[in-house]
Amino acid sequence: MRALKDTWTMAKRSLRHIVRSPDTIITVLISPIALLLMFVYVLGGALGRQTGSVSYVDFITPGIIIMTVVSGIAYAAFRLNNDIQKGIINRFRTMPVASSSILSGQAMSSTLSNLFSSLLVLAVAFAIGFRTSAGLVEWLLFAGLLALFTLATTWMAIFFGLQAKSAEGAGSFSYILMFLIFISPSFVPTTSMTPLLRGFADNQPFTPIIETMRSLLTTGTAGDKVWLAFGWCVGILVVMYALAIRQYKRKTIVANS
Amino acid sequence: MKPAITVRELKKAYKKNAVLKGVDFTVESGTIFALLGSNGAGKTTIINILTTLIEADGGTATVGGFDVVKSSAKVRQHISLTGQFAAVDDMLTGRENLELIGDLRHVKDSAQTAKALLSKFNLTDAADRRVTTFSGGMRRRLDIAMSLIGTPSIIFLDEPTTGLDPEARNDMWQTIKTLAQSGTTVFLTTQYLDEADELADSIALLHHGKIVAQGTAAELKKLVPGGRVKFTFHEEGQLKAAITLLEKDYEITKGDDLTLTVASGGSTTQVAGLFIRLRDAKLEPADFSQQVPTLDDVFFKLTSNKKEEK
Repeated sequence: MRALKDTWTMAKRSLRHIVRSPDTIITVLISPIALLLMFVYVLGGALGRQTGSVSYVDFITPGIIIMTVVSGIAYAAFRLNNDIQKGIINRFRTMPVASSSILSGQAMSSTLSNLFSSLLVLAVAFAIGFRTSAGLVEWLLFAGLLALFTLATTWMAIFFGLQAKSAEGAGSFSYILMFLIFISPSFVPTTSMTPLLRGFADNQPFTPIIETMRSLLTTGTAGDKVWLAFGWCVGILVVMYALAIRQYKRKTIVANS
Repeated sequence: MKPAITVRELKKAYKKNAVLKGVDFTVESGTIFALLGSNGAGKTTIINILTTLIEADGGTATVGGFDVVKSSAKVRQHISLTGQFAAVDDMLTGRENLELIGDLRHVKDSAQTAKALLSKFNLTDAADRRVTTFSGGMRRRLDIAMSLIGTPSIIFLDEPTTGLDPEARNDMWQTIKTLAQSGTTVFLTTQYLDEADELADSIALLHHGKIVAQGTAAELKKLVPGGRVKFTFHEEGQLKAAITLLEKDYEITKGDDLTLTVASGGSTTQVAGLFIRLRDAKLEPADFSQQVPTLDDVFFKLTSNKKEEK
């Protein structure tokens, strides 16, 4: 009970940070929206021929949403590391606060704000012609998968935020995730890639997640990779949570002085 | 009454660099304790161990009667830490910072607690401004105010006046004195001898990872030769004659200009003896004054001795 209350107090603090730094919200939103527009209007004519009966905007929207989340969680790592550098985390750690709530508060605020950003990106996609045949159940499954993916990658951000030597470097892990988005069926079907790249793209964790999201939204069916998609998310969540907590409990986080 | 803090044989090394080499001290409840040492002496490391942030490699420490490793959760209920750099949240207002800590400490009415502290620390006018706009002194005051929420019985202050202007420093000293009067135990670290002298009931001097002296300011000052007299002479010849006369029997220090400081030994007879020697040699100083030993003298004496041992 106490831990839950403390988590909410921490999450409220972190949400205030997000709301009060509109520049970070814009930075998070601007690149996925710009890429969405560029891919649809500049490259869409050529790439759209690869996606068969699916219109190009419908094809890339799930990948763009994943990209929104990935650029958003980088800021969670930045904020956490900034708190460490400023001694704020140490202040909390010397207080009778449930230790899990310090990190869980960050996880909660990051998940909420990234879901909100995703919603805005989805709205832009709708405005430029994104259409779906998903019913309520598919939308709920989509939202559940997105929330789980955001939570899992947020814990990854927390782990890297705890490890980084500076706030500026804390978010750099997200470049690797960006790379995973490009070498996946986000923008083009993997069948158009060279065999070596295709082997990687077909088997990396983002692929089933993006394909399941696309399947839910375009055809209104979960597709055959839905279990794999949820499985990857749960796996990443469990591993990253364990790593982050272990790093936190090592008690070697001391602000630079 | 139980001691507020006991530290026995505390050891800590970072990689192969030993920072603490067996530190012992005791802090009585309700007193102000100053841990004095130069930069890099290991003061912050001791604070980090006592406030449960890091674990020592050896030795034991109790805070409020609880072991800092085995009962860290209990320790945290009794303490608060004000670190070397004000750990305040820049994105929040002063009031929000206080309410945040109030909520986390589960005080009954955080809004009311925050209001009272804002007024006590003269921050009411700036209460609803973001902390980014605060001056250094205001940040420090807010930092201390945040530490007082939930009335912890032991407060740790890591170099509380470093970087403050003289006025803000004076305010901080008053705050610390008021805290101690209300029964709170204050543990502070400082590199300023006058600060320890002004505030502390008990002082421990940390040098190269060991406590080289501990006691009240008065007790520590007795460690340097007392009864020092500083003479000023009219001209160079007299000064040289005085040096020749005294250097065999006394510890003397030649100052700038025409001054000479002589350690006579402390008693009235010894001081009188010094003056008689000068009179018999027909040396008449232009001026003289008695030199009271300062903590600086203690510090330099003890730390320079330690260097010679090495």
